[in-house]
Amino acid sequence: MAAVQFDQVDVAFGRHVVLRQLQFDVPEGAFVGVIGPNGAGKTTMIRLVLGLLRPNSGSVTVLGQPAGRGGRQIGYVPQSFAAEPDLPLRARDLVGLGLDGEKWGFALPTKDRRRRIDACLERVGALGYAEEAVGTLSGGERQRLLIAQALLTSPRILLLDEPLANLDIRSGHDIIRLISEIASETRITVLFVAHDVNPLLGVLDQVLYIAQGRAVLGSVEQVVRSEVLSELYGQPVEVVRVQGRILVFAGDEMVPLGHEELLPHGRPRSLPAEP
Amino acid sequence: MGWLNYLIAPGFLQTSQVRSALILGTAVAVCSAVMGVFVIIRGQAFLGHALGDVGSTGASGAVLVGVQAIWGFLGAGLIAGASVDVLSRRARERDVATGVVLSAMLGLSALFIYLIGQVSTSTGVTQEILFGSVFTVNPDLVLPMVGLALAAVVVVGFVYRPLLLSTVNPDGARSRGVPVGLVSFAFLVAMVAAVEQSALVMGALLSTALLIGPAATAIHVTRRLGMTIAVSVVLALVDTWLGILLAYDSFNWPPAGRGWPVSFFVVAVMVVAYSLGQAVPRTSTVRAE
Repeated sequence: MAAVQFDQVDVAFGRHVVLRQLQFDVPEGAFVGVIGPNGAGKTTMIRLVLGLLRPNSGSVTVLGQPAGRGGRQIGYVPQSFAAEPDLPLRARDLVGLGLDGEKWGFALPTKDRRRRIDACLERVGALGYAEEAVGTLSGGERQRLLIAQALLTSPRILLLDEPLANLDIRSGHDIIRLISEIASETRITVLFVAHDVNPLLGVLDQVLYIAQGRAVLGSVEQVVRSEVLSELYGQPVEVVRVQGRILVFAGDEMVPLGHEELLPHGRPRSLPAEP
Repeated sequence: MGWLNYLIAPGFLQTSQVRSALILGTAVAVCSAVMGVFVIIRGQAFLGHALGDVGSTGASGAVLVGVQAIWGFLGAGLIAGASVDVLSRRARERDVATGVVLSAMLGLSALFIYLIGQVSTSTGVTQEILFGSVFTVNPDLVLPMVGLALAAVVVVGFVYRPLLLSTVNPDGARSRGVPVGLVSFAFLVAMVAAVEQSALVMGALLSTALLIGPAATAIHVTRRLGMTIAVSVVLALVDTWLGILLAYDSFNWPPAGRGWPVSFFVVAVMVVAYSLGQAVPRTSTVRAE
């Protein structure tokens, strides 16, 4: 059974088409990097998997069932969370919301509850700051807490929305290593959204490349190739491997894959941006 | 025991208005203190203040048609709260929507208060709407008010976890089946109840003092939500009781011998507590890396 299955999925907001004819199966237990430039439709794809958005046509299937709300099978890790330094919420309390945050009333502090929260905190290496106020923690520490929060219900799919976006390179590498360890221990399916494939090259099983509202799924070798990306963008794109890193030439300009926004004038001239 | 008469003027607990004021003040303080912590966490302090201000529209309207001011306060708060909820589909639009609703309703308030001035010779009513009237509250209202305060606290207790989860991780909450919009609206209604009851005690303009003051002080000196709420409630209670006591004492004070406004004393005590709280070093900023 596929962990996530997209069948002929179209999404449009009004007359603006965001995703067209998405068709792929993510196998269970795979570590998939969801790669693509900003505005390509990655967030829309996540919202479809979470069941927060219904496609205009086609179907999204998660673990054999239609994507829908109430899914404790999916652990969702948002990009970050806003917290002032004086927010009266300890790391442990934030993580605890992952266990039963959707239930009414407040949680009684039982031994079993504490044990489960501690286990998750320890797994992500956050036990050392379990009692700290979340607003005083760094971006990487916050990310670990969100991962612990997502893991508390022992989900079968872990969905991470640009976890590297607010992190420095070293914290980013630590998070990638953590997720890859968890993935190999638990056989959990990982959908890891990022706009650069390079930091993920060592750990990915497959890449789901999204651009121009379309997507291709396959191994890095199958997908990140000049022919495939040119086809996807509908523009000539050249992929070059240099010292283990992947770069793309788009028109006259060269940037790391997924960093098209770094081109002069904000947007690549040869890669029309999704509005 | 002569010195005690300076601290607590004679007859404090024997006066029925004082007893009503203490019961009502206690209910309002507890309710506002609990709500205030969530209002600050959710970044809704401006909305909280606006709900108090628009209460003046309802209360002055109620006086014009001969209804108890509290029903005007609550009605206007609900209308304003629901309008803001409908107008602000996205979080960052909320302050703008609040500003628009606030102005629209205060415009009506200007008219109503003008009309009250035309039909009544006393300026006392306007004074009470804007700055509170805990000693002149109808004794029949005490029981319903205590019930309403209790109901608001129960609602917040009921939505406690989903409210927190939707505050820190709204999409995560939605995907877990939390009706985020409904939870926010339930909190909004509880907040209206707290603010408008506080408006009865503190006046429309100062109802935010009880909502934000104790909670802000508590948040500064604690880092566990349960403890924050407990400290906020204790501060609000001490504050309200002291305010009522001092206001009672002030009946013997110049110039008129009619007593100074309770809201002045409550805010004065609140400011002192807040300043002392700021002097306490943060509990959670010092941390070994």
